[in-house]
Amino acid sequence: MTTQTRKLRRSKKPPIRWQRVVLYVVLVAFAIFYLMPVYVLIATGLKSFAEVNLQRMWNLPTGLHFDSYMKAWFGSEVEGFRGLNVNFMNSVYLTVPATIISAMWGSINGYILAKWKFRGSDVLFPLLLFGMFIPYQSILIPLVQVLQRINIFGVKFYGSIPGLILAHVIYGIPITTLIFRNYYANIPTELIEAAKIDGANIFGIYRHVLFPLSVPGFVVVMIWQFTSIWNDFLFAATITSHPASQPITVGLNNLAGSYIVEWNVQMAGALLTALPTLLVYIFLGRYFMRGLMAGSLKG
Amino acid sequence: MRRWSWERVVSILLISPAVIAIAIFVYGFIGWTAYTSLTKWDKLLPDFTLVGLSNYRKLFAHQRFQIDLRNTVVFTVLFLISCLIIGFVLAFLLDQRVRGEGIFRSIYLFPMSISFIVTGVVWRWLLNPGSDELGSTGINALFDMVGLGFLKTGWYTDPKIGIMAVAIAATWQMSGYTMAMYLAGLRAIPEDLREAARVDGASEVQIVRHIILPLLQPITLSAVIVLGHISLKIYDLIVSMTGPGIGFATDVPAYFMWDTTFRGNHFARGAAIAIILLVMVAVLIVPYLAWSIRTEAEL
Repeated sequence: MTTQTRKLRRSKKPPIRWQRVVLYVVLVAFAIFYLMPVYVLIATGLKSFAEVNLQRMWNLPTGLHFDSYMKAWFGSEVEGFRGLNVNFMNSVYLTVPATIISAMWGSINGYILAKWKFRGSDVLFPLLLFGMFIPYQSILIPLVQVLQRINIFGVKFYGSIPGLILAHVIYGIPITTLIFRNYYANIPTELIEAAKIDGANIFGIYRHVLFPLSVPGFVVVMIWQFTSIWNDFLFAATITSHPASQPITVGLNNLAGSYIVEWNVQMAGALLTALPTLLVYIFLGRYFMRGLMAGSLKG
Repeated sequence: MRRWSWERVVSILLISPAVIAIAIFVYGFIGWTAYTSLTKWDKLLPDFTLVGLSNYRKLFAHQRFQIDLRNTVVFTVLFLISCLIIGFVLAFLLDQRVRGEGIFRSIYLFPMSISFIVTGVVWRWLLNPGSDELGSTGINALFDMVGLGFLKTGWYTDPKIGIMAVAIAATWQMSGYTMAMYLAGLRAIPEDLREAARVDGASEVQIVRHIILPLLQPITLSAVIVLGHISLKIYDLIVSMTGPGIGFATDVPAYFMWDTTFRGNHFARGAAIAIILLVMVAVLIVPYLAWSIRTEAEL
């Protein structure tokens, strides 16, 4: 607050250059604050084991060493801890199908709620939306009990990736439906009327009019779902208990909670965990923002 | 007329899987959890003998739960205030035709794409106070380097301010969100409005106080609700950063719930905590949902 008022008071008087300097100094100071953990992450991960020292945390590495990453990825049989490679792949097998199914399902729901309103759909929509705000603790006990009983063609749902996919797809319905509904609401009804006159039915309109226009909507929803499923911990920790089937967030938490794992290996593991969503953010940040705004209902 | 009714039926069929899934997995499961909270289920095997509200009564008398509620209040207040202030200051500064605005924005926002587990692992090392024998580490070492040694503290190892350390990490992760929301709000305020006020002789401080802040009120409200409900549910960050802490200094209801349910097998007590969490979130979210839907309908 002090920097803000100081800046404002100055703005009454003409010396503009001085004011600009303060402005940039504050902006850069905050940028350093946000980047500081990233610096420690990267610098520590690249240090050799001999260099690693908690007291010299802020020093630059003297060279490029990838030992920490190797150890975080493959684990160490001698020291007796597992690497994150299995968990990383589990997260991939979980996130990719769950994201695709979520997006398709949300698109259909959004289409109906935006363009085929029926009596009661205005009541239904907020009831659906409430599902994205609930603390998942309030459904966790029944969820575990139900998943323990589901066994389709020999595929167990409790303790496995299919169970996690199911949970993420179902609890992803509200947000994906919301984003698609708002997206389709902006597509002019005239387009749909025109297609109806040309003889298209409910499926034809979706396939030939809306779906081809949906690419940005799909990008926003898939980025959102990818990020939240990859980053999830609560479902992952509750549904999967065996290390071989756990996603990477649980793997990292186990790695970091173990006293035998050096902290530079933990940092390397943290970076490996963060990397996929970070890359998505760096390359598709614009769409990430739109999902964020939709999350506060102002899509 | 026949075609109309055929498509009506199809549209309802298309939306019904989502409606049924949410009805069961959200509302049915909440009902189940609520029922569980009224039973005697206190070991691995279910026991659905009803005991009324005694689980709730015992919970509110439980010291750990009282500490948890206090921690939640402290955490929420610190987290909300720092996110709102930092978010507004950054947005206001970025709105001054800043060169490289896109880069600054991306830097302030990137932590949002990372898992709370990663944030917790990194900040646990950054806020590791070190020890007398070994010297300072992390932020404390940084304070030493720049001559601010008097600012050194025990961070999350100090029971008095432990929860504050967690709030710092959470603010690092989420303040970019309020920045983005405020920036979008500031961009929506027409420049004429500020210009007119300037012509009338208003100072910049007056413009902020009497024009900008009131116009940003809906955004502040959205941010308070979105961040507030995240803060009530905070779990992952606690798990990876501190755990419940000494004397439950950094324990929260969501952590207590998981701990007592899935480690302690006190299912009825866990269910009661979950329902209390749900009620707290609903008090915040339900009016907001109603308000969002109503303002949308007016458009």
